[in-house]
Amino acid sequence: MHHGKYRFVVSLLAVPLLVYAVFVVSPYVQAFPIAFTNWEGLSAEYHYIGFGNFVTLFHDSVFWVALRHNLFLLVSLPIIIVTLSLFFSTALNYQGGVPGARIYKVVYFFPGVLSIAIVGVLWQFVFEPRNGLLNGFLRAVGLDGLARLWLGDGRTALGSIMAVVVWGGVGFYVVLFTAAMAAIPRELYEAALLDGAGAFQSFWRVTLPLIWNTVQTALAFLVIGALDMFALVKILSVGPGGPDDATQVISLYMYTNAFTYGKFGYASAIGVTLFGINMILTLLTFRLTRRERVEY
Amino acid sequence: MALLTSPSRTSPTPAADPPRRAPAGGEIGARVLGGVSQGFLLVWGAMVLFPLLWAVLSSFKSDQDIFTSPWSLPSHWQWDNFSRAWNESHIGTYFFNSVIVVCGGVVLTLLLSSAVAYVLARFEFPGSRVLYYVFVAGMVFPGFLALVPLFFVVQNLGLMNSYLGLILVYAAHGMSFSVFFLTAFFRTQSKELAEAALVDGCTHWGVLFRIMLPLARPGLVSIGIFQFLGMWNEYLLPLVLNTDEKRYLVTQGLANLAVTQGYHSDFSGLFAGLTISIIPVLAVYLGFHRQISAGMTAGALK
Repeated sequence: MHHGKYRFVVSLLAVPLLVYAVFVVSPYVQAFPIAFTNWEGLSAEYHYIGFGNFVTLFHDSVFWVALRHNLFLLVSLPIIIVTLSLFFSTALNYQGGVPGARIYKVVYFFPGVLSIAIVGVLWQFVFEPRNGLLNGFLRAVGLDGLARLWLGDGRTALGSIMAVVVWGGVGFYVVLFTAAMAAIPRELYEAALLDGAGAFQSFWRVTLPLIWNTVQTALAFLVIGALDMFALVKILSVGPGGPDDATQVISLYMYTNAFTYGKFGYASAIGVTLFGINMILTLLTFRLTRRERVEY
Repeated sequence: MALLTSPSRTSPTPAADPPRRAPAGGEIGARVLGGVSQGFLLVWGAMVLFPLLWAVLSSFKSDQDIFTSPWSLPSHWQWDNFSRAWNESHIGTYFFNSVIVVCGGVVLTLLLSSAVAYVLARFEFPGSRVLYYVFVAGMVFPGFLALVPLFFVVQNLGLMNSYLGLILVYAAHGMSFSVFFLTAFFRTQSKELAEAALVDGCTHWGVLFRIMLPLARPGLVSIGIFQFLGMWNEYLLPLVLNTDEKRYLVTQGLANLAVTQGYHSDFSGLFAGLTISIIPVLAVYLGFHRQISAGMTAGALK
């Protein structure tokens, strides 16, 4: 009986474990030693150079520009997306649900199911300077002065890409927050109302504390997401990283180093650095947003 | 199970009992507030829909129409944009490649992760906790870190530019979330049923295939849809592991088309390709939106 059980367990686990070990665990583990080599190009030859790559990285101005962009996105995107989503889901849940709330939720989520690559190509058309939707709209309503080379201008390129992220991201968080808000008992709002609380007060005093755990999860997702941004930046950027690196981010810089220049060692060092930053930020997010869990 | 259904079933609470006991001033304020927020909801809805509708409409226009009257309906509907995109721009081939890879990936992910999840949920053995965390940790680590070594793993196995390579990589990367989700799912299922079957002489395999997997169907369906969308939308992995143009997937092919076709200025063909890639995903989403949002919120609210 016992013998049979172990044989069963082992035979169920063998293949999945093998696949997972080969394609997930081993690449992660290998990334660290590669980061300490000067491996370039497709030849198998390389030497361990200690922290050489990290020293180069420290003096690499493009890396710092990319890091600054990532940090900027990391702060601004979560704030914008969470604020907007909280606003929309509160509106959707207003007095137990506005008419059409269901349709709104379905529509808002549309961009969330589309591939980032497809979203990128779509917005390329929107931002297209001559015949694009955005400039076309601005000219149609008489705001010709506002029309510009959205992605080709260093001053607007990053902001334009951010707008796409917000456009695509809000739907998911609206669904998430609405689900969390719907789980709050109605009686709590009625009690708050009887105590004379207005809409704003009941949001700050009832809704937000009760869904804080969900907001925290959302922030963690967004922080991790803001460190990636690869697909959108790659597709929407003019050239590798926008005009004058205006849209350069760490993930794209790593990709370019690895698969365009063949600097595998250097790219892995960027990956390891990104990993370190990611870990610190994720822990920090949870630390900063930790609060007593409210039971109801 | 409760995990899966509770958010979506309870969310659209009917406004049967609007709190009418508010003081009169509050009532007017509340109405204004309600009206204003309704306005914002509508504006955002329009902002989401507009670019999508514009792309679909443009895919029926001639290039001339797109340039001269971007705002009107097509002067006559040009269906041949689609056949041009499908055949000459190879969207059809890319589509076929995506279908193979994604179907293979979803099926394999479900098979592998339900086996792991079942074992982790049901059997205590040395190292089972560690194993669970090893699988779940895959959700937190940035995929970028593993990119360079993964490229060489796949190359050394001779799996570059092959369906099998992508399917295996997709399945392996899909396992983290699926194992996490399905382990919770199997834990909630009744132990007694399995024990009774064992006492009656059923083997462990029999319990798995005849009782547990059929009972887990709703969970498997949720994960299946979830993984389908994720894999259909994947961009980075095929970009690195799939460099042969004949094997391009839809996302890759379209992004590439946007670059190359930009020089040919076949915008109507590009819009048609874009529409072809948008429609199936939206169709799957509209068909299953309940399960999808339930699955997403269950995964995130856990």
